[in-house]
This record gives sequence, C-alpha cells and structure tokens, in this order.
Amino acid sequence: MTETFISWGMDPNWAWGVATVAGILLIALPLMLAVAMIIYADRKIWAAIALRRGPNVVGPFGLLQSFADGLKVFLQETIIPSGANRGLFLIAPIITFTVALLAWAVIPFNSGAVLADINVGLLYILAISSLGVYGVILSGWASNSKYPFFSALRASAQMISYEVSIGFILIGVVLYADSFNLNEIIKAQQGHGLGIVNAFGFNLLMFPLAVMFLISALAETARAPFDLTEAESELVAGYQTEYSSMSFALFWLGEYANVLLMATLNAILFWGGWLPPIDWAPLYSVPGIVWLFAKILFFFFVFSWVKATVPRYRYDQLMRLGWKIFLPISLIWVFLISGWLMLTRYS
Amino acid sequence: MSYVGHLVKSFTLWEFVKAHALTLKYFFKPKATINYPFEKNPLSPRFRGEHALRRYPNGEERCIACKLCEAVCPAQAITIEAEPRDDGSRRTTRYDIDMTKCIYCGFCQEACPVDAIVEGPNFEFATETREELLYDKAKLLANGDKWERAIAANLAADAPYR
Amino acid sequence: MIQLIAFYLFATIVIASAAMVIFARNPVHSVMWLILAFFNAAGLMLLAGAEFIAMLLVIVYVGAVAVLFLFVVMMLDIDFAELRAGFVRYLPLGTLVAIILAAELVFAVGAWSAGGVDLAARTAPVVSDTSNIQQIGELLYTRYIFLFEAAGIVLLVAMIGAIVLTHRQRGGVRAQNVAQQVRRRPEDATRLVDPGTGQGVEL
Repeated sequence: MTETFISWGMDPNWAWGVATVAGILLIALPLMLAVAMIIYADRKIWAAIALRRGPNVVGPFGLLQSFADGLKVFLQETIIPSGANRGLFLIAPIITFTVALLAWAVIPFNSGAVLADINVGLLYILAISSLGVYGVILSGWASNSKYPFFSALRASAQMISYEVSIGFILIGVVLYADSFNLNEIIKAQQGHGLGIVNAFGFNLLMFPLAVMFLISALAETARAPFDLTEAESELVAGYQTEYSSMSFALFWLGEYANVLLMATLNAILFWGGWLPPIDWAPLYSVPGIVWLFAKILFFFFVFSWVKATVPRYRYDQLMRLGWKIFLPISLIWVFLISGWLMLTRYS
Repeated sequence: MSYVGHLVKSFTLWEFVKAHALTLKYFFKPKATINYPFEKNPLSPRFRGEHALRRYPNGEERCIACKLCEAVCPAQAITIEAEPRDDGSRRTTRYDIDMTKCIYCGFCQEACPVDAIVEGPNFEFATETREELLYDKAKLLANGDKWERAIAANLAADAPYR
Repeated sequence: MIQLIAFYLFATIVIASAAMVIFARNPVHSVMWLILAFFNAAGLMLLAGAEFIAMLLVIVYVGAVAVLFLFVVMMLDIDFAELRAGFVRYLPLGTLVAIILAAELVFAVGAWSAGGVDLAARTAPVVSDTSNIQQIGELLYTRYIFLFEAAGIVLLVAMIGAIVLTHRQRGGVRAQNVAQQVRRRPEDATRLVDPGTGQGVEL
C-alpha cells in the first residue's frame, strides 16, 4: 500500500505512516462489523440447534440485533462499584479489547496482504493471546467482589494450562512449515495432502494436532464447554459481574474478536488459510480472501456448534484435560513429527 | 467392550462426533417456537384471562350485586358496593378487581348466577404502572363491551359441557 | 532518528516502571508495573534486532511468569501498617545490600568501559540474511549443545524435586477416575429381572 501512496507524490516516510494507519483501519473497522454480525450468527446457530428462532425482530431476519444491543449498552450508565480499584477496573476491559485487535496485525488475508509481515508472526500471536488473560484477571481483582475474583483465579490457571499445549501444537506446525511467518506457513501447505489438498490437516500426523488445537482454542477463548470463567450457574457472570455499559460491551467485543481470531488461526495453521482447499488451477481464480473467509466462517460455525452441543466441564476436569492429556500428547507429537521429518526431509 | 475398543473410541472422540451429528440434525429441523407477537397458540374456550363485566343485549348490565364472586374469591381481590338504582333494581355502585391479587382461578365466573363477571380470552394486558392493574367497574364494563363477541362465542362453545 | 527516539522511550519507561515496581504501595500495582517493564524490555530487544528473544520475553515473562505472580499477589490480604512496621528493623540490612549492589554496578560499568571490548559490535544488530531464530538454533544445538542439555537436566531435576517435596498421598480421598467412568457400561451396572408374584428381588 505504501507504494500507492508514494506514487501519489507522498514523501516515503509519510506514505509508510499513512499506509500503516490505513491498513489498521482497514482491518479494525471490518473486524468490528464482523464481530457484530458474528454475535448475531452465534445466537442464531445456538437457537437453531435448540429448536428456537433466535433474534428475528430488529431488521430483516434480526440482522441488526447486535447494533440495537450496542446502542442500548452505549446509552447505559457506567457504574463503578465504590469498593473497586477505579483505575484497573476501567483499564481491564480496554486491555481485553485492544489485545483482541492487536493479534490481527500479522494475519495474512491473501498472498502478501498482511499488515505486518514479521518473521516471528506465530510467536507474536502466541505472545498477544497470552496477554488476553490480563483483562480478565484485572477485572476480577479490581471489581473487589467475590465471584469476579473466583473467575479471575480460574481464568489465570486455565489460560496458562492451555497455552502450554497450544505452544507445543504450534511447534508441530512450525516444524512442518519450517517458518514462524504465517504467510510461509500457508505457502508450505500448498499441495501438502497427497499433492492435491492444500492443508496440513489432511496429513495423518497433523490431523490430531488440528483437533487438539481446535479444542485448545475453545479453552483459550473461554468458550463453551470451557467457559468456566463466566459459568453463570456458579459465578453469576464471572469477571463481568460488576461491569455495565461500554466497559461491558468492550469485554463482549474483545471476546468475540478473539473467537474470530482463533477460528482464523485454525484456518491458517491447519487448513490452508487463503489457499483454495484443492490444488487445482481454476480454483486459484477465486480471490484468496474468499477462501479464507469461508474457512473462518466454517470454524466459527464449529465453535457455535460445540457451544450448543456440549455441557460445561467441571474445573478439575478442565485442568486434567489440559495437563494430563493435552500436554503429554502434544509433547509426544513434537517428538513424532520431528522424528518423522528427520527421517524423511532432513536425512 | 474390549480395552482397545474403548481406547480407540475415546481417542477418536467418537461420542463427541455422535453428539455433534445429533445436534446438526436438530439444526435443520423446523423450529419449535412460535413467533409470538405475530403468531399465537390456539386458546381453549375455557381459557381464564382478563376479567370483564358483561351486559345484556339491550345494554343493561348483568351484574345484580349478589356478591357471590366477592365471597368466593380466594385471593379477596374483588370489592363490591351496591345500592338500589333509581328504578329500584339492585345494581353495583362499585365493582373493583385488584388484578395484582387475582390468581385467575375462575371461581368468580363459576359463582356468578347471571354470567356477568367472566374471564375473557385476553391475556395481553400488561401495564406500565401498578395502579393501572386496579380495575374499577368502568374498566371492567369496557372490557365486556370490547370482548363481548369472543366471550359469547367461548361461552356458547363450552355450554354443552356444563 | 526514529530508532533513537524509540530506544530512549523504551529505556525510560523500563527504568521508570522498574522504579514504580518498588515504590507502588499496592503489590498488584507493582506486578502491573513489572509487566510494563517486561514489555518495554521486549521493545528494546526488538530494537536490537532480536525479535525472537523479544517474543519469548513477552510469552514467558508476561504471559506466564507475571500471571503466576499476579495469581499469588492477588490473594494476599495486605496490612499496610504491618508492612511499614518492619521497615526500621530491616533498614540496616537493606542498606547494606543496596550499597553492595551499587558498588557492583559501578565496578561492572568501570570494567566494561575500560576493557578492550568492541563496544560497537555489542550494541549494533547482527546483520545477517538468516533470521535470528535460525541463528540461535544453530548456536544452541551445535556449539552450546552440552550446556543447553545440562540446563534442561537442571530444570528437569528442579521440577521433579518440587514434585517430590510437595506431593503427598492422602488417604481416604475419593477422586474421580474418568477412564473407569467412561468404561462403565449399562450392562455392568444394571440387571433386568422378572420376579414372580411374592418372590421379591435378590439384590
């Protein structure tokens, strides 16, 4: 984009600055719109599986429901509990929201269409997603209230547990792709499965990792069945209990932006990102961004589908799954994959 | 089942796959909810909704202030005061129903010898204030005028079974 | 130019927030300042061209270590009066430690600026066409392989030691055995009987 601005007769430094800001807006604004629509879609899918209709009054098919909700929340009064730690109480939702947007900087939407094409993209995403927990912890602590505090404790333990196995799973992907750069990872998937399918997921060695990553992603975003941080039957609304108005909405937006991010990562890391599913020339005439969005939507559907199907885990079961099942399996898989690659690729 | 069978089953997440197949089937099923403000479920002729005081076809109010409904009301929601009208007939001067007390048991309409107080088919009478739910005689008579056709039809439909 | 501004910005914030870690009254605020310090240290690493180290700093320290700090500190019930009561008692010891640290710093800086070390080579980013992940990997798995493995073994020993020290078997705990529960079949647990009249059921 910088070149375009330079060709309009702009100073290169300025052009770079303007191009970056434009790129940020180009990602962040559609993302907000997507989050609004995805909240609506989530409610619709969940309702459909429960044989309900879901929101269908505001706008055609209820499409404007999220905007009506947003307006409602925007007009509410911001209530800060008198015992709360004011500064941290207000910073916490902002952290959640900002962090949810930050990670999108390295997501490639098409070949080369990425805001920051850094060579440690995957590590950057891991780093950023590990920050998301601070919003939850701080809001729980700063609320000076029991249930949010429980929620904060749960969140911190949960996220750390699952980050470990996510890390090992990503190492498997990196070993196969031979790069931390997301664009390179996608390119490495071209014709990976039997020479025709553009996905790591069709590799027998990688498929278990793909499933584990999907489950870990559910835990990382605290979606059902791992939504123990806001388990309404035990913790009221968890860390959001004391929040109202815009600060509440920021949590909401951040949470769904994170869900979208995890769906995107699933698509990119294991199912070929912006590559068409099959390595066949006519399919490449469709823009890559369409393939990416189709995959994101599919994984979002899976997220909603799981939410509507499975009951919530108990906390000790969650910890058991993370430390006693996912961690050993992912560790073994790192050995397996590196051993296999040593045998086949590097020998 | 064998140990290996269980191992395979739990590592392929077989039961999760089965559960998700089931929910996907439900996803495409017709929806069970009705689209309430636009669609409504059919009501029985015996449905006990909002109260109404009926009139005779000539416009004369039916209620003769016998106070049987007031006596039978388990929630003591009904208050009646009566005195002879100018033409000598016995009529109510006051007929109040506190709808916040009413439990919609229907005893009042069972007790009424002249089918004056009835519970009509209307169930959409939510109000914004509590005071609006303290019905007086004028409101009840207005309800009767408004719902007379539906009430009469319901009474006629239920008559063979009484 | 912009590198210089960024460097001084990051450096100032690191030092300022490190000071705030000590001066903040509330331990949770201290941890938050510590996190800010980690972040800006990662920024400094980025400026030095070590993006891999920068990301690791954020993932390991901000993402895991600081969360555990926060986890512990949040649960403290702090009595500030009691905290300040010990101040005078520990003052001599604290001052001694501070003096030793300051002396060491002065000594180190003196030795560094006097010695024949090429300063420019230390601060300038390593210019190379391979990414620094590969460079680190090549060094770590060739020249420093024994040290690397030794570090791994030390960590393993520490981990096992911690488990051995803290793990104890408590009797009488009815823990859930998930595998057993999953393996249980209706046929093992239930039995259909058709008792005749007046015979009852053998349980």
